[in-house]
Amino acid sequence: MTPAQSKHAHVATIAAGEPWRASDDAPPAVEMRGITKRFPGVIANNQVDFTVKRGEIHALLGENGAGKSTLMNVLAGLYKPSEGTIWIHGERVDFNSPRDAIAAGVGMVHQHFMLVPVQTVAENIFLGVRETPFVLDYKQMAADVRRIGTQYGMPVDPNAKIWQLSVGEQQRVEIIKILYHGAQVLILDEPTAVLTPQETLGLFATLRTMVAQGKTVIFISHKLDEVLSIADRITVLRAGGVAETVFARDVNKVQLASLMVGREVLFRLEKPERAPGEVRLALSAVEALDNKNLPALRKLTLKVHSCEIVGIAGVAGNGQRELAEVICGLRAISGGVIEVCGKTVTNAAPIVMINAGVAYVPEDRSTTGSAPNLSLAENTAIKSYRDEPVGKGMFVKRNTMRTIAGGLIDRFNISAPSTATPVRKLSGGNLQKVILAREISKRPRVLVAAYPTRGLDIGATEAVRKILLDERNDGAAILLISEDLDEIFAIADRIAVLYEGRVMGEFASADADRETIGLMMAGHAADTAHTSPARNPEAAS
Amino acid sequence: MTAQSALGPTPEKTVTRLRIEQRMEQPTWLRYASPIILVGAALLVGALLLRLAGANPWFVYRQMFSIAFGSAYGWSDTTIKAVPLIVIGLGVALALRMRLFNVGAEGQFFIGAFMATGVALYILPTNAPAWLMLLAMGLGGFIGGAFWGFIPGILKARLNVNEIITTLMLTYVAVLWNNYWVYGPWSERGFGMTSTFPDNAWMPRFTDYAEQIPALRGMTAHFGIFVAIVLAIVMWILLRSSKWGFEISVIGDNNRAARYAGINLSRNIILVMMISGGFAGLAGMIEVAGVVHRLQERFSPGYGFTAIIIAWLAKLNPLAIIPVAYLFGGLLVGGDAIQPAGVAAMLQGVILFVVVGGEMLLTYRVRLEKVAVAA
Ligand SMILES: Nc1ncnc2c1ncn2[C@@H]1O[C@H](COP(=O)(O)OP(=O)(O)OP(=O)(O)O)[C@@H](O)[C@H]1O
Ligand SMILES: [Mg+2]
Repeated sequence: MTPAQSKHAHVATIAAGEPWRASDDAPPAVEMRGITKRFPGVIANNQVDFTVKRGEIHALLGENGAGKSTLMNVLAGLYKPSEGTIWIHGERVDFNSPRDAIAAGVGMVHQHFMLVPVQTVAENIFLGVRETPFVLDYKQMAADVRRIGTQYGMPVDPNAKIWQLSVGEQQRVEIIKILYHGAQVLILDEPTAVLTPQETLGLFATLRTMVAQGKTVIFISHKLDEVLSIADRITVLRAGGVAETVFARDVNKVQLASLMVGREVLFRLEKPERAPGEVRLALSAVEALDNKNLPALRKLTLKVHSCEIVGIAGVAGNGQRELAEVICGLRAISGGVIEVCGKTVTNAAPIVMINAGVAYVPEDRSTTGSAPNLSLAENTAIKSYRDEPVGKGMFVKRNTMRTIAGGLIDRFNISAPSTATPVRKLSGGNLQKVILAREISKRPRVLVAAYPTRGLDIGATEAVRKILLDERNDGAAILLISEDLDEIFAIADRIAVLYEGRVMGEFASADADRETIGLMMAGHAADTAHTSPARNPEAAS
Repeated sequence: MTAQSALGPTPEKTVTRLRIEQRMEQPTWLRYASPIILVGAALLVGALLLRLAGANPWFVYRQMFSIAFGSAYGWSDTTIKAVPLIVIGLGVALALRMRLFNVGAEGQFFIGAFMATGVALYILPTNAPAWLMLLAMGLGGFIGGAFWGFIPGILKARLNVNEIITTLMLTYVAVLWNNYWVYGPWSERGFGMTSTFPDNAWMPRFTDYAEQIPALRGMTAHFGIFVAIVLAIVMWILLRSSKWGFEISVIGDNNRAARYAGINLSRNIILVMMISGGFAGLAGMIEVAGVVHRLQERFSPGYGFTAIIIAWLAKLNPLAIIPVAYLFGGLLVGGDAIQPAGVAAMLQGVILFVVVGGEMLLTYRVRLEKVAVAA
C-alpha cells in the first residue's frame, strides 16, 4: 500500500465516523505554553499561552503587528520558538520544519498562496506528498481531490490549472491540500481578506463541516462581525502577549475592539460635504484585456473629480485590477481614451502617470507594491527618489530618505523595528501601511486605492479612511476599489458598480441603496436598478 | 509519535532517511562569514584530493602561497592575473545585481581585445601619443564588449530571451571570430597571433620606472591595476548612492515593483548588459595592452568564467571583488609554478563546486531522521 493510499483510507475513516462533539476531558488539540519568539530587535510573541480545544473554531484577533502570524508560524513549524512548549492532541512536539508539523497533523494556509500556477489542481496538491511514489496515479489523485472537495463542500475541478482559478478557488485548493496531507488542525491566516462576501459564507460552511467531523480550526481575521459569527472562542493578542481568551457568545464588537486596542474605539467617521471640482481623471470607452487575453474592460466610461471619492463596487474579478492598472500605465488599453487633469495620457508609461500626479495603492502589496528585501526607508522612496529632497542631481540622499521614512512611521503609526528593516519582515498590516504612507504622502492629484484597508486592524482601517477623506477634502480625486460595501458607503461620494468590465450604474452614495447595488453587482441589468440617477457633479460645481 | 502514525492501520517500521529542508532562519553572521567558510572548505577538499594524489597538501599550499604572495615579484605576478578578474568581475556583479546572468564575459573579453588590437595596429598611427593610443584602445575595447552585451540585452528586454543562453553562445562566436583574424588577415606569418604592438600601445608597467625607483625592476605588473581599483570604487559609490544604483537594487529585488514605481526596465536591462559587457571588453584591452602586447589565439585562462565565481563570492560587492580576485590570481600564479601541474585548475573547480554546493547547505539543511513507513 502506498502512503498516498493509506492516507486516503484514514480520511475516509473519519468521514464515515460519527459527527464529533467538542468535549472538555479530551486533551486539547493545541496547547502552546510560554511561547516567546524573538527576532533581532523585536519580541513578536512574549510568554503566550494558547489553548485550542479539539473540534472548535478558534479566532485569533489583534492589532497589526500583535504577533498573530508569528504565533501561528511557530505552531505550523515555520519558526522555532525562542522559548516555550507545544503539545498537539496531548503529545509534546518539537517542530523543525512545516513538514514535521504536517506529520503531526497541523497545516497552515498562508495569506500568500504557494501554488504553482501552470500546474493543475491535483498536481499542486500532490506536489508536497511526503513520500512521493515513483509512479503517480493521476486518476486516483483526481478522484481523491474531488472526494475531499465534496466531503467538505469545496468543489474544485482537479484538472483545472491554478492560473485559471479565482483567488477564492485557489484558497480551496490550499485547504484541500493540507487536508489531504492529513491535517487535523487547520490554521488559516486572514483567509477572508481576499474573499467576496459570498465566498466567505461558503468558507464558513466548510469550516463548520470540518469541526463537525472532529477537526480543529484556528483562524485569523480583522473583521469583528465575522469573528463573532463563526468562532466558538476568541483569543486576543496585544503587543505580543495574550490580552484575553473569551467565548464569542459572551462578547460584542465594541468589547472586542477595546480588548484589542486597550482603549475604547469609535466606529464613526466625519464626512463633510464637498462640492466636486474639475475633472481629474476621465476614462472614455476604455477597452483592455486581462492576463489571459480575454476582454476585461469593455467600453468603460468613468470620471473622477477633484474633491471626490468614487467607490467602485463589484465582485472581484470583474475588471477591478485591470481598471487600476490601466490608469497607472501598467496595462495597455486596446481602445478608448484616458485623460488625467485634462491631458490625454492614453497608453503612457507608468512614469508619465506618476509625474502627472497619479498614485496607486495596488492590490498585491508584496508582489507589486513593495520590494521585500529592501528596507522600509527604501520602500518609501521607490517613487520619490527622483525628486528633491531625496534625490539630488544623480544621487539619492540616504539620510534624508531615512528621516522622511521615520516621519511616516510616526504619522501612519507603523510598527517596525527601524527604518532599516527589510519590509518582508513587517507584519501584513504594517506593510500595507508603508505602501499607503508612500502613496498618500506624495499628495497625489489622483489616487487609485485598491482594497486600501485589506489586512488592516480596526484602528488602522479607521485611520486610513480618515486620511482618504482628508485628501479628498484637500482636493484629491480618489478612485476607491473595494469589496466592502460598508467602506464604500462610509467614505465614497459616488458609487459606480463594475460588472464584467462595464459600469453597470452610478449613484450618489447619499441616495444609493444596498439592495440595488447588490443586484447590479450580480449582473442584474439597470432597468430594475435605474431608480436613482447619479448626482451630476458638473452641475453641482 | 505523531497523530499521523497513530492513525495508520498497518504495522510500521522505521528507516533512517536523508532529508533536505530549507533553513527557517539564516543568522546574519552566517551570511557575512559564508564566503570565508566556503573558501576554507574548498581548500580542505582540495587538500584531501591532493593527499589522495600522493602529494603533501600542506607543502603544496605553502609553496603556492609563497610563490603568489611571498615576494614583491609574486605580488606583481598575482596583480597581473587579478586585474582582468577584478574588471570582469565588476561587470558580472553589476549584471547579477539585476539578476541578469552574464556568463559570456569571456567572449566580451575577446571582442574587447580584438577591438583594442584593431585600434593599435590598424587605425591609429604608430607615432600617436601614448595617452591617445591607450584611451582610444580602451574606448574600442569597451565598445566592443558593450556591443557583445547589447545583443543579449536587447533580446532579453524586447523578446525575453534567456540571457544565459545568448551570452554563452556569443562567447563561442567571439572566440571563433578572434581565431579568424589572428590566423587570417591579421596573422603574423601564419601563426595564431598578430604582430607586436608599437611601444605607444603598451600599458605602462612598474618595471618601466626602474630607472627612477630601482626596486621596481622586473615588476611586470602594469597600471591596469589602478584602472581596476578606480572602477571598483566608482561602481561602489554609484551603486550605493546614485539614483541609478537605487533603481538597480529595486529591479534586482522585485522587477514588478520597479515597473510599478515607474522605473524603465528595458532600458536598464540593455544598459546594464552593455556596461557589463563593456567592462569585460575593457579588461580584454588591458590584457593585450598590459601583458600580451598583441592579440593571439589563447590569451585567457578562462578569466571570464572565473570572474563569475569571484563576483558571487564577493556577494556582488565591488570593493570585496578586489581581495577575492587577488586570491584567485594567487591561485593561478601559485598553481602555474607547482607540481603536480593542474593543481590550480583543480582547486578552482573544487572552489566552484563548494561555493555552489555550500550556498545550498547554508540556506538548506541536511538532516538524518527516522521515518515510519508502512510495512
Ligand atoms: N521574520 C521576521 N523578522 C523580524 N521581525 C519579524 C519577522 N516576522 C515578524 N516580525 C515582527 O514581529 C511582529 C509581529 O508580526 P506578525 O506578522 O506576527 O503580526 P500580525 O499580528 O500577524 O500582524 P498583521 O495583522 O499586520 O498581519 C512585527 O513587529 C513584525 O515586524
Ligand atoms: Mg499577519
